[in-house]
Amino acid sequence: MTTLPAPLPTFDASTIRKRSGERNITLYAGLTLFALIVLAAVFAPLLTSADPLQQNLLQARLAPGSPGHLLGTDDLGRDVLSRILYGARVDLRVGVLAVVTPLVIGSILGLLCGWWGRWFDTIVMRLVDIVVAFPFYVLVIALVFALGQGTKSIYIAISAVGWVAYCRIVRGQVLVAKEQEYALAARASGLPTWRILLRHLLPNVILQAIVYAMSDIVLSILAIVTLSYLGLGVAPPSPEWGSMIAEGQNSLLTQWYLATIPGLCVVVVGLALALIADGLVNQFNKR
Amino acid sequence: MTAPAQSGPAAPVLEAVDLHVEIPLPMGQLKAVRGVSLSVGAGEAVGLVGESGCGKSITLRALLGLLPVPARVTGGALLLDGVDVLGMAERRRQRALTDAISMVFQDSLTALNPVMRVGDQIAEVPRRRLGMSKAEAHARAIDLMDQVGIPEPEQRYRAYPHQLSGGMRQRICIAIAMSTEPRVILADEPTTALDVTIQAQVLAVIDKLRVERELGLVLVSHDLAVVSQTCSRIYVMYAGRVVEAGQSLPLLTRSEHPYTDALLRSVPDPDATVERLASIPGQPPMLVDVPPGCAFAPRCTFARDVCTADPNPPELEPVSVGGSHTTACVRHQDIDLASGAVSAFVAEKEA
Repeated sequence: MTTLPAPLPTFDASTIRKRSGERNITLYAGLTLFALIVLAAVFAPLLTSADPLQQNLLQARLAPGSPGHLLGTDDLGRDVLSRILYGARVDLRVGVLAVVTPLVIGSILGLLCGWWGRWFDTIVMRLVDIVVAFPFYVLVIALVFALGQGTKSIYIAISAVGWVAYCRIVRGQVLVAKEQEYALAARASGLPTWRILLRHLLPNVILQAIVYAMSDIVLSILAIVTLSYLGLGVAPPSPEWGSMIAEGQNSLLTQWYLATIPGLCVVVVGLALALIADGLVNQFNKR
Repeated sequence: MTAPAQSGPAAPVLEAVDLHVEIPLPMGQLKAVRGVSLSVGAGEAVGLVGESGCGKSITLRALLGLLPVPARVTGGALLLDGVDVLGMAERRRQRALTDAISMVFQDSLTALNPVMRVGDQIAEVPRRRLGMSKAEAHARAIDLMDQVGIPEPEQRYRAYPHQLSGGMRQRICIAIAMSTEPRVILADEPTTALDVTIQAQVLAVIDKLRVERELGLVLVSHDLAVVSQTCSRIYVMYAGRVVEAGQSLPLLTRSEHPYTDALLRSVPDPDATVERLASIPGQPPMLVDVPPGCAFAPRCTFARDVCTADPNPPELEPVSVGGSHTTACVRHQDIDLASGAVSAFVAEKEA
């Protein structure tokens, strides 16, 4: 008996690319917005000539739109625009790094928990329960307090608390995925475990974790902002959005923009990341 | 080790002897497989039929050494070329079984990794386990795709599973199964998810490979038509046991077990005009508390006290002396299924 191939439309790689890339406006809008913010932070010295630390009491509390100070100046006469731009460097770096580390640690542990189970799973999951039992800020503030003020402590504190979410997400996904027939097929063909984990399971389970990471970046920026606001974050003279909000709060009735502008920056970063997360979900749901 | 007398062209490649699989559950041990013996030789196609939940799939998973947690083999032997692999250390056993055996699954969409190009999935084993270079593995994958009847394999190589039709995907799965150069293929309802015209094509592909490469094939299906077309021998399973076994033709035309007979009669016959399709009353037993004697007795038209008198389930015995057709029905000599079950039932009542 001869086999008759079913007639199929012919396609090549370019149609595949076109099909999966079309009309994902959400993703591209989010990526563009985030790229602009990152570029503004990276090229801060080119965008503003003002020193973010330079005080000038003669030019304090200038309104936005003043000549030479597009967004005005603060109580000490420092240029708000340049403080926002240089502050973005600190906030974005800490925000992203404080998510990448827990994403990596949590995903690896979650992968192993879901795959192996048994005692390893039990130990790690009890550890997760312990971390989750504490309110997020209580644990982070306690850790930062113990480690001492500074961005390094914030990385460590947020990573130490944040990995649990990724661990749970990935573990749950692995528990489902490892009973899928493709995982079974990979085992049946005798591939080494590390390859099944990295090549077959990880790409299928990581999306949920990455989507969560997008919103988690916003949360960790908020955490830095909160810590700085409480005086535990970035040391005072260096520009940072949280401390700017905290300082601006004193003159909220007279110079409302001092607290509002950095606050809006947090909102815009959050919006960009939320758009990226939504776009990623759309992109991968097509498969 | 001497191979037991079995029909088939040669000594069996893969053989299960009195295999038991149990699944611990809160309400007790679920005896999913209760002493199944089956064998498949090189180039031979055997069928495993039975209704849902009778232990077909779990038997296959046990043959592959990949039982779902927490199920485990609790008795019997699994012989690969006459060597018991169950006694081996886990790593060696897994290696031996995965080297010799491949599996084709029912649903080709879940059996393929959704985020990996299909060609890479076929090339993976040649590349990673058979030590081929990237170019060799690529060529091997293209060759396999060609053999399973995929047109324009170079273009299809780069496709993702969701971009292919069900028939194409199942061909990819067969190509992946073949990529390990196995000696036995276990096919778990490989055509159930496909429409009928594609079913025939996919079965033809499997059959062609079986003949060309002297592959042993274990085909699991609840579709008797599919099994009778493809397989030379058939095992009928019920409630975790083989209740009838033999060459396809005698088994299907002169079945010697009421369960096989009932299965055959529940297949619609386009020539017959019947009001309702025959069905088997009742449900298979829960395998936590297995009833004594023949597990089919509660649903069987021909059941008498003798069927459940012995607490142990009835063993397979030859229908005729020295024959390969065996049945586990203790009353097979008293009842006459070939003359049509309805008349047999009437005769029973009058007696």
